[in-house]
Amino acid sequence: MSTPIDLGMPRSGLADIPTLAEGRAPQTKKEFTSDQEVRWCPGCGDYAVLAAVQGFLPDLGLRRENIVFVSGIGCSSRFPYYLDTYGMHSIHGRAPSIATGLATSRPDLSVWVVTGDGDALSIGGNHLIHALRRNVNITILLFNNKIYGLTKGQYSPTSEPGTVTKSTPMGSLDTPFNPVSLALGAEATFVARTMDSDRAHLTGVLRQAAEHRGAALVEIYQNCPIFNDGAFQLIKDRDSQAARLVKLVDGEPVSAGTDPDRRVLVREPNGSVTFVPEAEAAGRPVVVHHAGDPDPTAAFALSRLDDGTMAHVPMGVFRNVTRPTYDDLVREQVATAVQGAGRPADDAALDSLLRGQDTWTVS
Amino acid sequence: MTTSARLDKVVIRFAGDSGDGMQLTGDRFTSDTAALGNDLSTLPNFPAEIRAPQGTLPGVSSFQLHFADHDVLTPGDAPDVLVAMNPAALRANLADVPRGATIIVNTDEFNRRNLAKVGYATNPLEDGSLQSWQVRPVALTSITVEALAEFDGLTRKEKERAKNMFALGLLSWMFSRPTAGTEAFLKTKFADKPEILAANLAALYAGLHYGETTEDFAVRYEIAPAAMPPGTYRNITGNTALAYGFVAASHRSGLPLVLGSYPITPASDILHVLSGLKRHGVTTLQAEDEIAGIGMALGAAFGGALGLTTTSGPGVALKSETIGLAVSLELPLVIVDVQRGGPSTGLPTKTEQSDLLQAMFGRNGESPVPILAPQSPADCFDIALEAVRIATAYRTPVLVLSDGYLANGSEPWRVPSVAELPTVKVEFATQPNGESDDGTPAFHPYLRDGETLARPWAVPGTPGLEHRIGGIEKANITGNISYDPDNHDLMVRLRAEKIAGAVVPDLEVDDPTGDAEVLVLGWGSTYGPIAAAAREARSLGMRVARGHLRHLNPFPGNLGEVLRAYPKVLVPEMNTGQLALLLRAAYLVDVQSVSQVRGMPFTTGELVAAITAAVDAGRPVAPATAGGRR
Repeated sequence: MSTPIDLGMPRSGLADIPTLAEGRAPQTKKEFTSDQEVRWCPGCGDYAVLAAVQGFLPDLGLRRENIVFVSGIGCSSRFPYYLDTYGMHSIHGRAPSIATGLATSRPDLSVWVVTGDGDALSIGGNHLIHALRRNVNITILLFNNKIYGLTKGQYSPTSEPGTVTKSTPMGSLDTPFNPVSLALGAEATFVARTMDSDRAHLTGVLRQAAEHRGAALVEIYQNCPIFNDGAFQLIKDRDSQAARLVKLVDGEPVSAGTDPDRRVLVREPNGSVTFVPEAEAAGRPVVVHHAGDPDPTAAFALSRLDDGTMAHVPMGVFRNVTRPTYDDLVREQVATAVQGAGRPADDAALDSLLRGQDTWTVS
Repeated sequence: MTTSARLDKVVIRFAGDSGDGMQLTGDRFTSDTAALGNDLSTLPNFPAEIRAPQGTLPGVSSFQLHFADHDVLTPGDAPDVLVAMNPAALRANLADVPRGATIIVNTDEFNRRNLAKVGYATNPLEDGSLQSWQVRPVALTSITVEALAEFDGLTRKEKERAKNMFALGLLSWMFSRPTAGTEAFLKTKFADKPEILAANLAALYAGLHYGETTEDFAVRYEIAPAAMPPGTYRNITGNTALAYGFVAASHRSGLPLVLGSYPITPASDILHVLSGLKRHGVTTLQAEDEIAGIGMALGAAFGGALGLTTTSGPGVALKSETIGLAVSLELPLVIVDVQRGGPSTGLPTKTEQSDLLQAMFGRNGESPVPILAPQSPADCFDIALEAVRIATAYRTPVLVLSDGYLANGSEPWRVPSVAELPTVKVEFATQPNGESDDGTPAFHPYLRDGETLARPWAVPGTPGLEHRIGGIEKANITGNISYDPDNHDLMVRLRAEKIAGAVVPDLEVDDPTGDAEVLVLGWGSTYGPIAAAAREARSLGMRVARGHLRHLNPFPGNLGEVLRAYPKVLVPEMNTGQLALLLRAAYLVDVQSVSQVRGMPFTTGELVAAITAAVDAGRPVAPATAGGRR
């Protein structure tokens, strides 16, 4: 690396993207809605996410033409067709690589990836982890319904072991991925989880993800009413959710439940973490959430709180740290080389390249 | 007493262990030869293993160079001089060396252990088995070490390593090559290692002096410069020429070049060269795999860049789904396949032309793409520009089929001036091009140009042209998802018509007598061997026509007419007849396939034999002259 980038203040992920002209009336949800008929199944969680995104995008104040949604294959990957921005519905699992090429060559675009648990974690697992480790300035919305919808109901890499489907009549055998753990393991700089049915939470997380400079992974729990209905009922149901949801708030102790049954997370002497009733926490090291902690260990521990039974499901931003983005660094190298050459890349420069060091003349 | 003789052409093969520096020695001899104005052609041949066990047959690496006072078309069938740095190099190469040729051997390596490693029961230098050759024994290693006696700071091993420079010096003397270029090269390479630099120079001079003072080398040869069109020349390999061609195309089109690539032999050098050209605005992204490489290029193309991905056959297999997506999206994209021996991993460092049918048909659905093939290392530059012209004019992925022989082989190239290069004209869509149902202005991403059938290229950031594209079938004109049967039939045919109608130049036929008995039609790197064979066959009295396809899809418009104009058509290919299959299918002409898949280019001799057989077969009774012709 030649020239270090000044990262005194974290730059917004939207810093280089043209905004609406001053005085122009704010854009509306309608302007972000395409003329295409939405074709998801009735009751699909995707509708709620689409409505939230269409409703929230105008708030960013960006020019609509500078927003691009790239998707792979699957139910959720139809998403770009319904937004009146630029969009590409690509092939299975490859959206992160396409988005990487686009974001790297066009810093003036806000690039979003829409993907699902099959698209991102099965066929496209490789591209996902590499986009995250590179820290490309893109926002990835991972719709997790823990099932394959478009191919009609096979188990997915996030299905719980024992899931009975058409392809696993005796129950699935694979250990599932926890997308948040996977993303943290890949050293993603922004990792969050939210839910289709909680519009306010969803919107809040999306806003932070969009503003994050670097790769942002947002896992969205999304209900598939046809093949996996009620997969998240335990944390959606008003009666059961309170004890189970762990709302991550920066700078606050990590807790679950409501008074008087509130439990807080404490660190055990062996380094592991456990929930204990608030009354028993006195004098013990209570875990306070710091999304900006450069060390991902604590965030990883939080991601492991859900053992698959949904006894404790953290929601919110697990990690939000600053690290130079791949696309900024790539552009910086090119800019440094161009400047360092001392003269423009004109005909004369190219002539000189083509001739090289070792020429001879035939007259 | 040294005498001087004049030769019109020489073929030299440097052969040694992978670690002996034979590729470097060959490269330097080539540069110094090019500087003298000889025409030349080279053939590096090395194992896939980086360092195979020392002294073994699999570890032999060689570099063949053919240079002459006239135009050189091939790296030469058989060496006039073999430099064998060890018994393995002798054993692996002797079969190619005609009797009477010169063999320079490094006697220091001919010890019992090394001989046994390659199965020599007795020392061939002593048992009389090399009597038919002119053997020049030189104790290369020990003389080099002795010449470097004063270099106290160097170990014996380091001194031994300079023996390739001694060999280069000796050969430079034999063939009257200047060494200034090599001296300058060494000074740059070892700029911060002054002692190593001095030792290499000393070894080089020791080789020169050895030639001058030893009676063993009584004759030194001169090869006069070749007559070539006026201009500034340099030596260039196919991979470098491709890289430069894409930079030139980027420059002439105004589109920034974005390469997404994953390292693979023998294509990696294109990635290496382009990563060093950031100063020309080039972006190179080394991807996590082949699929991501083309994905990044396609993403960049969507954003209005010149998207490029470079690979070899196995990589094309992995990229095929994305190529299909690009066909459906109708975005410009260039895919370079530097072909190597297959199937599967095959022969990574050896050449073959066996990806033509993969390029043509290796995707699901009806998925036509233009295919181009350079015919020589220098032609790689022009092919890159041509690929970008077609990709941008027709908004389509274009496949370029180079091969291992072109990639690493080199030849003199008359360097064009940038101003004389063709301009690649690209226009992005900026305005709505139609109306929606309610009469308001709308953008129709699949409304085609009447002439080229290309769709508009509207890049993100353009207000009012927001649109979605994807791999699902699209309605003609609007680009909205459509499963309508008639629409799909129409779209398949439109995409096919667009590629079939791409304007490509007619095939030029070289038929000096105008009544040739046989047409030899080739593609890709067989250009040199076919041209050399045609020249030789003509000198033997045969009437031979020759044509070479640079455009393999679509074929030139006059190809059918050309094929039907000759009583016999020979199609030499380094595969089992892939172009022949396409020609028979497209034109119902009974072309005759001449094929070999040995990982090496055709020799001129092989092709002369094939031409002779075809000509003889075409003559009802063998005429009296037939015997005399051979």
